[in-house]
Amino acid sequence: MADAVDVLIVGAGASGAAVAWSLAETRMHIVCLEQGDWMNPAEYPSAGRDWEARAFGDMSISPNRRQRDTDYPVNDADSPISVANFNAVGGSTILYAGHFPRFHPSDFRVKSLDGVADDWPIDYRALEPYYAENDRMMGVSGLGGDPAYPPKQSVLPPVPLGKSGQAIAKGFNKLGWHWWPSDTAIATAEYDGRGQCINLGACGSGCAQGAKASTDVTYWPHAVRAGVEVRTRCRVREITVGSNGMASGVVYYDADGVERFQAAEVVVVACNGVGTPRLLLNSACGAFPDGLANSSGLVGKNLMFHPYASIQGIFDEPLDGYRGPGVCIWSQEFYETDAERGFVRGYTYEINRGRGPVATAMTGLFSGRIPWGEGHHAAYRELFNRIAGMVGICEDLPEEHNTVTLDPELKDAHGIPAPKIDYTLSENSRRMLDHAVARGTEALQAAGAVDVITEAPIGVGGWHLMGTARMGADPERSVVNAWGRAHDVRNLFIVDGSIFVTSAGVNPTRTIQALALYVADSMKKRLANLFD
Amino acid sequence: MTTIATDNPFTDHEQYTLAAFAGAVIPASADFDVPGADDPAIVADILATARRYAEPVAAGLRLQDTVARAKYGVAFADLDADAKADFVARSNRAGGWDDIEWEYDAAGIAGQRTLLSIVLQCYYRDDRVMQSLGMEARSPFPQGFDVEQGDWSLLEPVRKRGRMYRPVP
Repeated sequence: MADAVDVLIVGAGASGAAVAWSLAETRMHIVCLEQGDWMNPAEYPSAGRDWEARAFGDMSISPNRRQRDTDYPVNDADSPISVANFNAVGGSTILYAGHFPRFHPSDFRVKSLDGVADDWPIDYRALEPYYAENDRMMGVSGLGGDPAYPPKQSVLPPVPLGKSGQAIAKGFNKLGWHWWPSDTAIATAEYDGRGQCINLGACGSGCAQGAKASTDVTYWPHAVRAGVEVRTRCRVREITVGSNGMASGVVYYDADGVERFQAAEVVVVACNGVGTPRLLLNSACGAFPDGLANSSGLVGKNLMFHPYASIQGIFDEPLDGYRGPGVCIWSQEFYETDAERGFVRGYTYEINRGRGPVATAMTGLFSGRIPWGEGHHAAYRELFNRIAGMVGICEDLPEEHNTVTLDPELKDAHGIPAPKIDYTLSENSRRMLDHAVARGTEALQAAGAVDVITEAPIGVGGWHLMGTARMGADPERSVVNAWGRAHDVRNLFIVDGSIFVTSAGVNPTRTIQALALYVADSMKKRLANLFD
Repeated sequence: MTTIATDNPFTDHEQYTLAAFAGAVIPASADFDVPGADDPAIVADILATARRYAEPVAAGLRLQDTVARAKYGVAFADLDADAKADFVARSNRAGGWDDIEWEYDAAGIAGQRTLLSIVLQCYYRDDRVMQSLGMEARSPFPQGFDVEQGDWSLLEPVRKRGRMYRPVP
């Protein structure tokens, strides 16, 4: 048996990196177990000619399609939205687009304001200093003064508007609608040893330049220098519990497939909205027969995805196409609740700059706009560098019937039961998607689009995994308390998207990391009586 | 005739069918100065890429044969020019195959989509094709690309709008 470490973190993604870095200053013995590898940016797709093709293969957002030996399968056959993730040091930040909005003050008070779901046990003001700290660590680019947000400062200038952003911004202006340069986790100037964005256009497959703030190039180098140990290719099977009801460590499989036990004084789970409930449910034992920390019965329930609507315009002028970061500007014209729209809560438009030559061909061919045969080339050229549009990121409200459970048959390479997703799109989400498609079409037409292609929900769009181990003050209605400690297990903490109470209508990573820093700070302030 | 690689999981017939299919979807064009997707170098790339997806690709190829035999009485790769043109025209038309009887083949339909995807992935990274589109025939990294800043004065009306986030209790 290995000597007990002070803190054992499971998962080296967005939140695991942030909590590790923050706790490192305590000089405690901290180990992070990560089932994936350190990535080599020189091997990212944008360094090769097959950069678009690899997004359908070994760098796909779908673990089921990717099938790396560091992945685990997910049964999402009973969901209209399939799970997207990545397993590596850096986690899903390796593949994310770097669109990096904060929550709004209203997002923490959904019950009070709109009478749905629940309020969070914390508010925007509590997270604000951690948002700012995270912005510095990740190197957030943006522009101050956005009227859709309380005042906040950006660390770096915004990504360029470009031809695409300019065209669509003009459309929003014609309608008198809000838009603003997106906050992005993309360095627009050299920052903290990272290169400046050089517009590779392949953010979603890993950034070979190192400009995109995946946590392997932001938090982790600092955390490792401060003494945190990262063990890669180590897949945790279960968290063990001692006779005192406290977590005693984890059982995991190392890089050689050998089963090992690592004892720990504190266990921090950072596996996000699918991996975390999977681990807790796989950790069922005599004291916790329904899964670890699951006396509420809510582990794995209230899964929220963010249903996405895609609205893409075809323009008769050349736009940015394959050049530049995909993210560009956002609009929060329809973010806050307006009862006249027929749904509660709202959504963000994330404007996309364009697409590469292969993606253009697929869009055209599979939508019937590019034919087989003689007409192929002329039709293709009417789309190439002329597609730009947006996605609507719809707030998904928590519903207990949307779940992550353990699949009775499907297992990963180590024989560990795989997660099963059961998810139904709510009527509120359906109406919100319809609204996003209609208004987005209007915006693109105002911008000069001659044709519009829509999809809602995006079937492969399960990028955001939230709510399956929610935080709250009431142990009967939540899994962790207001500072991330499991109600049932006093030395078990959760710091990822699973502790979200509601999802807001924005990408969650910035809030996940602010929460992780907040939980870490809460732990540091209570070190003398952490388990009381 | 296309040179056929031997270190792949496809039969000779499947390889000929694949090349014929690729050329039917994307033929060469003198007007645009581009090869067809049945160009030997592109077919070799398609075959190499398709190895990872051998099963669905084979199913997609079988579907082409099934439909070709049902309508024209021969395998897809053996269609004459007129039949191939008709095949392409029908494939471009909604309900284009409604007048033939064939057993519904879900795996074949899914496989055809995979096959099309691979053809497009390989065709649109070919040097000659990229150059005809005005692209440099290179990977994005390390040179990157230029993107203009754009007209930031467009933000002025938004700046004048004032606070729009919702007050909370």
